[in-house]
Amino acid sequence: MGRIERHFQDIGYLDTLAGQDTAVHRLDPRAKLVTTLAFIATVVSFGKYEISSLIPFLFYPLYLLAAGNLPAGYVFRKVLLVSPFAVLVGIFNPLLDQEIHIRIGALALSGGWVSFVSILMRFTLTVGAAMTFVAVTGFNTVCMALERLGAPRFFAIQLLFLYRYLFVLVEEATAMVRARSLRVFNGRGMGLPAYGSLMGHLLLRTLDRAQRIHSAMWCRGFDGSVRVMRPLSFGRREFAFVLGWVAFFAVMRFFNLPSYLGSTLSEFMR
Amino acid sequence: MHMADALISPVVGAAAWAATAGAVGHSSRKLREELDGHRIPLMGVLGAFIFAAQMVNFTIPATGSSGHLGGGLILAALLGPQAAFLTLASVLTVQALFFADGGLLALGCNILNLGFFPCFVAYPFIYRKIAGGHMKRWRITTGALAGAVAGLQLGALGVVLETWLSGISELPLRTFLFLMQPIHLAIGLVEGLATAAVVLFVVKARPEILRETEPATGPALSPRALAAVFLGAAIVLGGGVSYFASVRPDGLEWALSRISGPGAPGSTAGEVHDIAGDLQDRTAVLPDYGFREGGRREPAAATDGTPDGSATGAGKAVSGLVGGLLTLLIAGAAGFFLKRRHNAAARGGPAGS
Amino acid sequence: MSHHIVEARDLHFTYPDGTQVLRGITFRITHGESVAIVGANGAGKSTLLLHLNGYLRPVSGELRVGDSPLTRENLRMVRRAVGLVFQDPDDQLFMPTVFDDVAFGPLNLGLPPEEVTKKVEAALQVVGALHLKDRPPYRLSGGEKRAVAIATVLSMSPDILVMDEPTSNLDPRARRTLIELLKGFQHTKIIATHDLDMVMDLCRRTLVIREGRIIADGPTERIMRDGQLLASSNLEIPLGLRGCPVCGEGTG
Repeated sequence: MGRIERHFQDIGYLDTLAGQDTAVHRLDPRAKLVTTLAFIATVVSFGKYEISSLIPFLFYPLYLLAAGNLPAGYVFRKVLLVSPFAVLVGIFNPLLDQEIHIRIGALALSGGWVSFVSILMRFTLTVGAAMTFVAVTGFNTVCMALERLGAPRFFAIQLLFLYRYLFVLVEEATAMVRARSLRVFNGRGMGLPAYGSLMGHLLLRTLDRAQRIHSAMWCRGFDGSVRVMRPLSFGRREFAFVLGWVAFFAVMRFFNLPSYLGSTLSEFMR
Repeated sequence: MHMADALISPVVGAAAWAATAGAVGHSSRKLREELDGHRIPLMGVLGAFIFAAQMVNFTIPATGSSGHLGGGLILAALLGPQAAFLTLASVLTVQALFFADGGLLALGCNILNLGFFPCFVAYPFIYRKIAGGHMKRWRITTGALAGAVAGLQLGALGVVLETWLSGISELPLRTFLFLMQPIHLAIGLVEGLATAAVVLFVVKARPEILRETEPATGPALSPRALAAVFLGAAIVLGGGVSYFASVRPDGLEWALSRISGPGAPGSTAGEVHDIAGDLQDRTAVLPDYGFREGGRREPAAATDGTPDGSATGAGKAVSGLVGGLLTLLIAGAAGFFLKRRHNAAARGGPAGS
Repeated sequence: MSHHIVEARDLHFTYPDGTQVLRGITFRITHGESVAIVGANGAGKSTLLLHLNGYLRPVSGELRVGDSPLTRENLRMVRRAVGLVFQDPDDQLFMPTVFDDVAFGPLNLGLPPEEVTKKVEAALQVVGALHLKDRPPYRLSGGEKRAVAIATVLSMSPDILVMDEPTSNLDPRARRTLIELLKGFQHTKIIATHDLDMVMDLCRRTLVIREGRIIADGPTERIMRDGQLLASSNLEIPLGLRGCPVCGEGTG
């Protein structure tokens, strides 16, 4: 139960971060969404043994982190904590691909380790970018951006509702779970019958709430479509942001900056 | 079992996105036609319910472990397939954005695996066939179990295929299947039990809720439409994969060289190294940036054994390492600088006013 | 034409599952009146409120708002004229931010953006919540939520305010603030509640409902002193009217 609750608090925190007012926060969400998607697509397009050429891509999340005034430690911890799935699947690579790939002095690295490290890098980059993106944009604004970029309006509105009532329902569920745990002894009462009834009640309450919300909407002139007034403007700053970063990604995709720097440096030292 | 961005290739991600976008569009259009307004809050609140449901556990007898409701099937039973699919897509979007469960590129895959299969396959073809319209205990339980198991098996299969097609993980198809399918059989059974328990409660307490959704739903997707969706996904995937193979023939070459072993002609460690970097090799800003032993340049292919070849590899690795560190330093410094400037501005702002 | 008058004539209402909730309700509330509707849990208060703006249609009987009976044609007008504030502000505040929520009604009325902004800001100003404009609703305290919920209705410039348990779940200070706020309103007010002390403060007239019927309708002062009547509706004489238990003084 702890995991979701913690996540839930995180949502609140991300929301607070998104409420700041910096230059990146003020950018049109569409610009940030498009750029972030381009970023992720570029990162995952690298071959599976690529490590060094992925490094320059750290610039983007780091930029959002710094310019958006986000707490680096928090974001970093979050990235480390989440989703073990990629790591679980990736950890098989070193076992399965043992062909020696790189030697540095006496140290021999198998292809599996290299690709595993590459997976971790990708993971850090993609998750880091998505998280910093949300933290400088805010969920509601992301929904607006989605809708303006062509997602069905119905879907976008539905996302807004889900997000709004997440807070209410998680609180209700927490209260119910707490009430149950106070009356569970020796694990008795934790079984399926009690669960079915508890969830069933929560479900019925949820359905009643939906009914009440609908009546509240109806009372204020709801006619099937939800109107939101949120002027978005895609101006010169947005263009510069998107073009600048996409150009950077493109260059870094085809030009391995770290290798170049490294070889120049070793050349220089010689 | 969310797919992660780190494990998929852009082609697979894009194909899944395209398929998902199609399904979301189709469902939205379908719902708009029969829209009666009260679905909007209902779907939103039920999506939030799915989140809340994931924090409530029950103990599975005799195992000591615990399970919870997953969502797909119960939503379909309450809302009908299209609305349930959209709701699940929203749930997964929120998870991708906030919990970093999955990722933005993998979102398409996740919606397909966890939303499409339960709502458009397991619900109409299994759950409804067994339990639809009936209020009998055994029918609901059987339907929920079969539906949940089928949905999750398909979902797991999706994960395996997407991972395998992406080729980032080394897991062979068969091993991966062998790992994933049985685990998801167990998860499916638990989910089925949980779904049945909740549906049975609703049947007893407020049967009209389920009856309301039953007649309205009709066939969600005709078998023919379903086949078309699969065919479309296959074409996109197949096309994408072969496109990539053709623009990057060395990917194939590399695969072949692995089959034929490191001694085979035309494959040396040096060449093997850089499957993806090859593009940049060919665009050739700096064609070869390996260590130059004694200043004499030796083409990797000309050497007769692996040691020299790997020496080139090592050279690349070292310069990669050094350069990587350097880049990191620059990125870090830039971030630090930006942040300092920002903080200074933030401090300066209120003080000045 | 004045919309400030609400008149119910022999309203009957039965839910689809057969529960009979209203069994002949008749009253007339005129311009500027402030009326409390009190009664036990399940007496039919909330159901009655949902009839006042046409959300629920009576099975039989008639409801008039202003000079005309409620029909499908004037439903839109009635929805604007009668502002309904729900008991749980979480049901009422469903939009992403306070601003969006208060703008929801005016936007649905089809007002131009500048006017919407003006109305929203004015409504928030009245309830003292203008500074909360950009906050998401789940970041508000109970009292703030209640104030914003009222603003969502005020922004549509209603003539009649209908409120369901406005003071429930509020701490004493937030409750006091709310009562003072409501005192300042010129609207016709209809308030369903168990908070009889608030009724003493706000409403000159009280309707008592029991099992779907009005069993008393008269000046608040008189009804609140009728211990027997109140007890029959699971209510108690408000504290403000009881003798002081320490010094023995008071009007009890």
